Amino acid sequence: MDFVLQAALNGVLLGLVYGLVALGLSLIWGVTDIVNLAHAEYLMLGMYATYWLWALAHIDPLYAIPLVVPAFFLFGYVTYRVLIRRILSAPMVSQIFATFGLLFFLRYSAFAAFGPNVRGIWGSRLEGSVPLGGLVLSLPKGAAALAALCTFAGLWLFLNRTRTGKALQATAQDHRVAQTLGIDTEQMFALSWGIGIGAVGVAAVFLSPFYQTSPAIGDAFLLLAFSSVVLGGFGTVSGALVGGLCIGLVENVLGALIAPTFKLLFVFVVFIAVLLVRPAGLVGK
Amino acid sequence: MHSGYGTREVIRGVSLSLGAGEIVAMIGPNGAGKSTLLRTIFGFLRPTRGTLHLDGESIAGVRPHQMVRRGIAYVMQGHNVLPGLSVEDNLQLGAYVRVDRQVRTDLDRLLEQFPILQARRRQKAGVLSGGERRILELARVLLQRPKVVLLDEPTLGLAPRMIDQVYDVVHSVKGAGVAVFVVEQNVRTALRHAHRACVLEQGTVRFEGRGEEMLQHPEVKRVYLGG
Repeated sequence: MDFVLQAALNGVLLGLVYGLVALGLSLIWGVTDIVNLAHAEYLMLGMYATYWLWALAHIDPLYAIPLVVPAFFLFGYVTYRVLIRRILSAPMVSQIFATFGLLFFLRYSAFAAFGPNVRGIWGSRLEGSVPLGGLVLSLPKGAAALAALCTFAGLWLFLNRTRTGKALQATAQDHRVAQTLGIDTEQMFALSWGIGIGAVGVAAVFLSPFYQTSPAIGDAFLLLAFSSVVLGGFGTVSGALVGGLCIGLVENVLGALIAPTFKLLFVFVVFIAVLLVRPAGLVGK
Repeated sequence: MHSGYGTREVIRGVSLSLGAGEIVAMIGPNGAGKSTLLRTIFGFLRPTRGTLHLDGESIAGVRPHQMVRRGIAYVMQGHNVLPGLSVEDNLQLGAYVRVDRQVRTDLDRLLEQFPILQARRRQKAGVLSGGERRILELARVLLQRPKVVLLDEPTLGLAPRMIDQVYDVVHSVKGAGVAVFVVEQNVRTALRHAHRACVLEQGTVRFEGRGEEMLQHPEVKRVYLGG
């Protein structure tokens, strides 16, 4: 029984991180109507950024946050200004090709710059584990989950308690109406990209101490992030959270009970089953 | 002003003026270009030729959100509320461009003036009926403190009782010294409430005159009022 509880604990911790990656995807999708297929490539680059800060400048991941997160906010903002802005009113096929192209561009730039080797951080301050009522709590995973929760809470407060946050919601709901209220929707689109990629930056920094990176690491995360968004219910902050948690739990618990090799299979079996019953997702109407 | 979509010219030389505290109505058949004209004034479309002035200053080609800052409010045809936000949030966003400290007072006064909104202030705007949405949109316009209000068919699909209520609000907007430009399908309603009215056909103004005069205009009677 203990190993199931342990798997559930790890599932919750990892699920929160999946939710954090999904959060940015969902926000960008909700506000700009663009499906960012390159989303997980930013995660990969964020992990490289954290790795190189550690390897070259001896900056512990814990202290990389104030460097990586603002840089990735800017990265997202610039991506919008340079690329996405031009495809906003283009046919959906062009939009898909644009972000799919961006995926390849970022991934193979990483191959070219860093080589195909797997790289990991050791000796970080976020290492080790503590006992927790018969279970083992991994400190880096716990820290990552906590960071995810804080990001979710912060974003929720921003969206619901600030003037800019409400303007962002207004833009997501109807950008024409938002313009008639004097909201600069271009600015809001760029902001959603900044926040979405910034959130990926948080996930990247906290994944680094326990997850090795390589240029193709995005695959696994993109699929999980998509599933989280769709499973939870598209376009809501809470949907990404619920979706991420479900996927983390299913993956780890069923993986531990049956066979870890097939854990992604279980994720998608549950995914399809849920959508058959609730096509709008768990949180959606 | 001339305007259109791509090479298709929809507005073919329209000249209009609006005065403070005046309601001007525009009527005309479907496809005459009424909505296109409003979209062009607000900046969703760029005029292909012509000029647009507000208080003597050229505002042609200004981006929409900047139009709001300059004092132009636009209530589009159909949906203008944000369904996922509360009634109060919707109202508050009406004051998005305002920086003065009067907003809270103005908002409280509006909620007092419109008991329907007061009762539902915490509910999502998506649950409001068509008439209630219109009231919310117009109350929001009041909070914008505009100089000019553009209304595109504000009574479309409303019950007669609601139509009167909507025009009550339109008159209170005008009472604050605002110029109101209203596009209407409902010709009798429009002409009854407007100081001046004009008929747009195929992108140009066919006739214009004082509201009540137009009700007697033989051509208007024949075409729009059924003889």
